[in-house]
Amino acid sequence: MIRFIFKRLLQGLLVLFVLYTLSFFLIKTLPGDAFTGERAISEEAVEALKKRFGLDRNWITQYALRLRRLIVNQDLGVSPKKNREVSMILRQSFPPSAILGLNALLVACAIGIPLGVFSAVNKNSWFDYAAMGFAMIGICVAAFIIGPLLQTQIAMRVPAFKVAGWENPLDWILPAITLGLAPAAYLARLTRGGMLEILNQDFVRTAHAKGVPPLTVIWRHTLRGGLIPSVAFLGPAFAALISGSFVVETIFQVPGMGRHFIDGTIDRDEFLLLGCVLYFGILIVILNLVSDIIQALLNPRLRDSL
Amino acid sequence: MRLRQNKVAVASGLFLIVMFGLCFVAAWFTGDPNQQELTHKFAAPGSGHPLGTDQMGRDLFSRILFGGQISLLVGLVATSVAFVIGISYGAISGYVGGRTDAVMMRIVDTLYAIPFLVLVILLQEVLSSSAGEAAGWLVKKWSFPEETTFRFANILPLFIAIGALGWLTLARITRSQVLSLKQQEFAQAAVSLGLSPRRILFRHIIPNTLGPAIVYVTLTIPSFIMYEATLSFLGLGIKAPNSSWGVLIKDGANYMETQPMLLIFPGLFFTATLFALNFLGDGLRDALDPKAAKD
Amino acid sequence: MRVPAILFLAFLTALIVSCGEKTAADRAVEDGILIVGNSSEPKGLDGQLVTGVLESNLIRALFEGLCTEHPSKDGVAMPGAAKKWKANDDFTVWTFDLGEDRVWSDGVPVTTKDFLFSFQRILTATLGSEYSEMLFYIKGAEEFYKGETTDFSTVGAKAIDDYTLEIALRGSIPFLPEITKHYTWYPVPRHVVLKHSGGKIDVPFSGWTKPGNIVSNGPFTLKSWRINDHIEVEKNPRYWDAATVKLNGIRFLPVVNSYTEARMFFDGLMHITYTLPPEFIPYANNNYPDETRSELYLATKFVRFNVEREPFKDNPKLRRALALAIDRESLIENVLQGGQKPAYGMVPPFGNYQTERAVEFNPEEARRLLAEGGFSDPKTFPRIKLLTADRDVSKRIAEAYQGMWKEHLGIHIDIEQKEWTSYLNAMTRLEYDLADSGWVGDYLDPTTFLDMWIKDGGNNRTGWSNDEFEKLLKQSEHERDPVERLKILQKSERILMSELPALTVYWYTTNYLIDTRVKGWSPLLLNNHPYKWVSLEPNPD
Repeated sequence: MIRFIFKRLLQGLLVLFVLYTLSFFLIKTLPGDAFTGERAISEEAVEALKKRFGLDRNWITQYALRLRRLIVNQDLGVSPKKNREVSMILRQSFPPSAILGLNALLVACAIGIPLGVFSAVNKNSWFDYAAMGFAMIGICVAAFIIGPLLQTQIAMRVPAFKVAGWENPLDWILPAITLGLAPAAYLARLTRGGMLEILNQDFVRTAHAKGVPPLTVIWRHTLRGGLIPSVAFLGPAFAALISGSFVVETIFQVPGMGRHFIDGTIDRDEFLLLGCVLYFGILIVILNLVSDIIQALLNPRLRDSL
Repeated sequence: MRLRQNKVAVASGLFLIVMFGLCFVAAWFTGDPNQQELTHKFAAPGSGHPLGTDQMGRDLFSRILFGGQISLLVGLVATSVAFVIGISYGAISGYVGGRTDAVMMRIVDTLYAIPFLVLVILLQEVLSSSAGEAAGWLVKKWSFPEETTFRFANILPLFIAIGALGWLTLARITRSQVLSLKQQEFAQAAVSLGLSPRRILFRHIIPNTLGPAIVYVTLTIPSFIMYEATLSFLGLGIKAPNSSWGVLIKDGANYMETQPMLLIFPGLFFTATLFALNFLGDGLRDALDPKAAKD
Repeated sequence: MRVPAILFLAFLTALIVSCGEKTAADRAVEDGILIVGNSSEPKGLDGQLVTGVLESNLIRALFEGLCTEHPSKDGVAMPGAAKKWKANDDFTVWTFDLGEDRVWSDGVPVTTKDFLFSFQRILTATLGSEYSEMLFYIKGAEEFYKGETTDFSTVGAKAIDDYTLEIALRGSIPFLPEITKHYTWYPVPRHVVLKHSGGKIDVPFSGWTKPGNIVSNGPFTLKSWRINDHIEVEKNPRYWDAATVKLNGIRFLPVVNSYTEARMFFDGLMHITYTLPPEFIPYANNNYPDETRSELYLATKFVRFNVEREPFKDNPKLRRALALAIDRESLIENVLQGGQKPAYGMVPPFGNYQTERAVEFNPEEARRLLAEGGFSDPKTFPRIKLLTADRDVSKRIAEAYQGMWKEHLGIHIDIEQKEWTSYLNAMTRLEYDLADSGWVGDYLDPTTFLDMWIKDGGNNRTGWSNDEFEKLLKQSEHERDPVERLKILQKSERILMSELPALTVYWYTTNYLIDTRVKGWSPLLLNNHPYKWVSLEPNPD
């Protein structure tokens, strides 16, 4: 196991390197640059600014220099648009995104998994249809509908809930629900699908025939296998949740990271954007690894593949 | 086919056929979706406007139907591409295992983290001029209808971007399924019978992975449609004055307090279609599941 | 089982306790803190490095220029860092007497040394300021900036003594006090800036504006700054006019989503919003009539023509045809709904400047001009594109133009919607046919709308130029009689509007929501409300 993890982390470093390089040059090819503004800047000022940020050299040189600074000093540079060190920006915006993402994950799991399990067990019953219908709502009614809906119907009527802001734990609830409903829907359906696969198998019938109580059958025998597709889905889904959702953050004024991905792209702020990309890449590597490990734990047969 | 016995699935299938018919055929009879009448904004459903008018006085029903063309196309085309690529990729990776699997999955990891938005903007910049030229050529030389061709040409970069990155999770899910199926008795039996790996993979394993895959796909169609709407927050996606369900819903959300019908009507079309897709997908899943035949 | 139960009880208690509680806005009124929506996270607090309206709102609270804005009257200059000022006969030399009681928030006096340092700083090209040209009015400033000389003493700003500043200008500028209200003319604390930049004048991001480092001379000082969350300022006890300042502090919230901002106002979370989306305007007028404001704003919306491309090249008649086919009143009434005014000229009329009626809605004349412009059959009109940005409102405005040109001229124009930076990039490089755009005035003088159209001007972006036009602009700087000067500017606008490199559509209004307990906040054309006159008074019960 340890060797496996070590191997994966090494591979992860390679992934990050490729990711950084690809993204670096992709971003460079975007039209416009960080100094394209509504008011035209004089050529002298643009030259001065470019020099300040090392943007006056050719791309390969920039790449080499920035990569070296990244590896040796762990320095992500300064954002010309936010006038702050990128690492500080990311460090400050990480906690709200992490909290929001975790809460959304909790919401998603708490709603999605039980719903999926019960639906699978009671397949084609009214509960099944209703539950799946409810799960669909989470996808169809996207964040930019659920969010304002919660704002106008709940936040504006119940004094404890604010329409927007991130001051006390009560503020975490509405955004978490908004963000968590879509993954809940995925989880519900994936869990149901996964459970159905297992429930149809022979060893389940055998257990039933032997008189094993149904709940034990579910809990001990089928849940592990049934959850596998969900776990496979959750790895990258969790990464996406933690690195912030632009829509939910702007609707609820959460000072998270999702905004920085979008701002970095729109502003052509390559320092900030690369910082976000690297950050997200690290999350993906780690969470996919964790997801794979959990899947193997759930299904002993998979351990050979480790 | 077993599918026919599932009444809900059949009903959903029929509903979808009707919806397609509405959007791709009947739409042309509903008038111009872009005809503005600034003095007749927010009209209630009535003569000439079965669902009323929107914020620029355009007929809502017509806009919903034309918007459906885009959304259904985005949903289906992008999803089909993602489906085919994702399943094949994931199945091969899982079945072959070893170093190939590791490399293939690390590629997936890398692609996950590439800033999607950057890709979309780039593709739009790069492709929009060529797409426009191609559209112009189609119109001039082959007399394609002008409006429609340009409309779809505009959304081509979006198809490509979504297709290029939308298959990743499907690959992961398929791979997990394949990994666990690989170890099961029937797979090992097939190996000992001497069947070629390709045959095992495509005849025996992949059909068993289709279950979760189809389920996932029924979810990706709506999310792709909504993703197109989110992109139009940022000036990408379908261009004005044309519309899609996602954009109609997004714009309608702004009128939630004041003109809720602008949100509810497109929302109903969208939701109903997706429910139908889902039930149909469930039916397909059941029909394709070799084990269910035992019931 | 016990832990979840306790959590649930705690949650319920919190819910119940909060019922009937005062809103954040109520509590803030009691504390004397004004809560203001400010659109987005600022790029910085250094007045010499930023260019946006939202940044100016913050800088205005912290810093003070030579003159400041009157709380309710446009075009009146009140004492700021300077207690009085006078000009010579032809307005080419101004003398400002700085108040000896003006100090920085750390007690160091504000002197002419600070002003000279600040001027030199923004005129040093290597600093990378985006707005140095605001100081080009000073004699020799442009030459110094362009590097033609490195001797700052050639620039026309001189310290007669520690508290007397003499500014020699490049021409007759009777409105200089208005210009000094702009944040590019504000002083920066020389001792603090140099401390954090290692003694160099041109280090842009040295961190001198961070909380703890920053020192300011305005009615408030920086208290806290949490990115994307809030910026809070508190009353500056060392401010020379602290007696007038009634607020204890201001909290700026960078709310990007204007719908969320409006809902925050309705939910009692802020006192003044930055804006109000058009969809909410009728709703707000009906349900919150006392809180809804629609005030004239010094900005013009227009559509740029790329005059280097067909069909607009050398074809002013065609441009005029498109201009006359826009029904401005309908656009304002049905799409914008914010009480904007149809722009029949480029410069919004204000003060003593009379804008001539150059364009208005006239579909028959438009069709005639279309034919004269070479398109008697509208179907031969090429399929060109209207470039527009990604904002929601921009989309609807573009759709309206498209509809109007089709209806009144029979021509079809495609809309090309690009995301923000791609849009700016395309416009700057003249890679467009038509571009939906606008311009916000920086100070109260027509030249803020006319200077941009000079040949190859960075903000021109149309490829248009006209020698006579530029001659008149230069001439206006040598006219010492303010009335005559305005007439010269009118003539130049006449040339601009007859050639129409830009199709003027409407003059802006600013629409926003404001709590009725906010006092001292009056309509101002530049929307640059001086916070020192603002107060919060609870409503009579």
